[in-house]
Amino acid sequence: MLIKKPEEIKAAEITSKELYLNRRQFIASALGAGAAFAALDLAGAHNVHALEKLPNVKKGPAAYNTSEKLNALKDITSYNNFYELGVDKGDPELNAKYLITKPWSVAVEGEVKKAKTFAIEDIMKLAPLEERIYRMRCVEAWSMVIPWIGFPLSALISQVEPTNNAKFIQFVTLVDPKRMPGQKPSLFGNPIDWPYVEGLRMDEAMHPLTILCVGLYGEILPAQNGAPLRLVVPWKYGFKSIKSIVKVRFVEQQPATSWNKMQPQEYGFYSNVNPEVDHPRWTQATERRIGEFLRRKTLPFNGYGEQVASLYKGMDLKKFY
Amino acid sequence: MLSYLKPLAFIICLIPFGQLLYRAYTNDLGANPIDTITRFTGSWSLFILLATLAVTPLRRITGRNDLIRYRRMLGLFAFFYAALHFSTYMVLDLYFDFSAIAKDILKRPYITVGFSALVLLIPLAATSTSGMIRRLGKRWQQLHYLVYVIAILGVIHFYWLVKSDISRPAQYGLVLVLLLGFRLYYKWSAASTPRRRALSAVATPRKDQAA
Repeated sequence: MLIKKPEEIKAAEITSKELYLNRRQFIASALGAGAAFAALDLAGAHNVHALEKLPNVKKGPAAYNTSEKLNALKDITSYNNFYELGVDKGDPELNAKYLITKPWSVAVEGEVKKAKTFAIEDIMKLAPLEERIYRMRCVEAWSMVIPWIGFPLSALISQVEPTNNAKFIQFVTLVDPKRMPGQKPSLFGNPIDWPYVEGLRMDEAMHPLTILCVGLYGEILPAQNGAPLRLVVPWKYGFKSIKSIVKVRFVEQQPATSWNKMQPQEYGFYSNVNPEVDHPRWTQATERRIGEFLRRKTLPFNGYGEQVASLYKGMDLKKFY
Repeated sequence: MLSYLKPLAFIICLIPFGQLLYRAYTNDLGANPIDTITRFTGSWSLFILLATLAVTPLRRITGRNDLIRYRRMLGLFAFFYAALHFSTYMVLDLYFDFSAIAKDILKRPYITVGFSALVLLIPLAATSTSGMIRRLGKRWQQLHYLVYVIAILGVIHFYWLVKSDISRPAQYGLVLVLLLGFRLYYKWSAASTPRRRALSAVATPRKDQAA
């Protein structure tokens, strides 16, 4: 728990990655879990360790960064919903090696004056990189606190100059079964109609809390977390924060979104975190913070109501869930 | 001869439980241990329940009637893992929040059917002793036909809780359809051919022969 001026200290400075990983190795061998386990852990550590450190990351605005206890890197990188890399929570980490992200480009198109395809290297230079420590609330009623690195989506938007017709933005994930083995057809059909698509209303996209994310814990984003470029919208359920983006399309009509297409009665377009509106199959009133035993109460807009509630003034959020 | 292997089968059925304890002890249950334990015990319960339902078809196919000795043990292990599954939900997940549990059972169809399956297992487990089998006589068999309902509810429970990838519940469902289909086929063919009927009479041990 941070006590003094949390805004001055970056998460990666509190527990360095090396120390953190060494500690894990030490615990693994001290427990005498056996050579096999130790080797496994080392291999895993090596995998994560190959990631590049991001230079010149500044601390994000204090008002946006929570001072809650961070989740461990291991939890953030081993418990993922990323069906392109497999449907089990552990699959994305195991299949991360297939997702090669160099070279990578992102086409920005649609209702804009300056449509452009950006190389990922150029996107990373669009704005200064900031560390944003956000709560992440999954629609499955678990949550984490994650030190993302990125910059406001608005920085990309201003580059392409949207026209007056641009009312929504649609985001599209890569389709490539070679790099995304979860996209290979299976006996029982695909869990999702690829590509994964998501969308935001223009004002949501322009909100300063909404970021394009390129890193985590001081380093470039691991594949299983949506490398090399993902969205993070902290007041919405996790599935809105689309991963491994290849296309950003400005549109006039509300765009289709993947989970809504599959189960419209369970997942709405807005999908703001809302303890009052249960998922038809489970409660959204409480959540389990990963690493904690007792459930906690879920907060409206995932605790970001002060910043974003005004976006939805006059809307019936039970109807527009 | 197969009865000598029974202690071994008992130990095999305990392996998943031991594995769970070991993973808990070595802190190897992943980022969300409660979720892991819930899924693990639920899957094993359903798996062993299907194994229980496979005993009779295996007896018919192999002609080894002594396989029946394993059926009660397997059934009780299915109950054991189901009880662990529910305890995990009640104690670890919701921490005795009985109003939330009641709401879940009433409002969430997948929990309603899962809970029903567990409740229906209780009388079967309670009447699994030799004394009860004797005392209930013919009604024992009728009562234990409930296992078909329980297995169907178990598969529905699994199917209704997945978000989009139905492959695993579909696999369980397929096995269940085969196991139930075998019984229907056997009943039908036993009724239509006298030779089979004779075989079936031999293959069904009477209560007084079982002891």
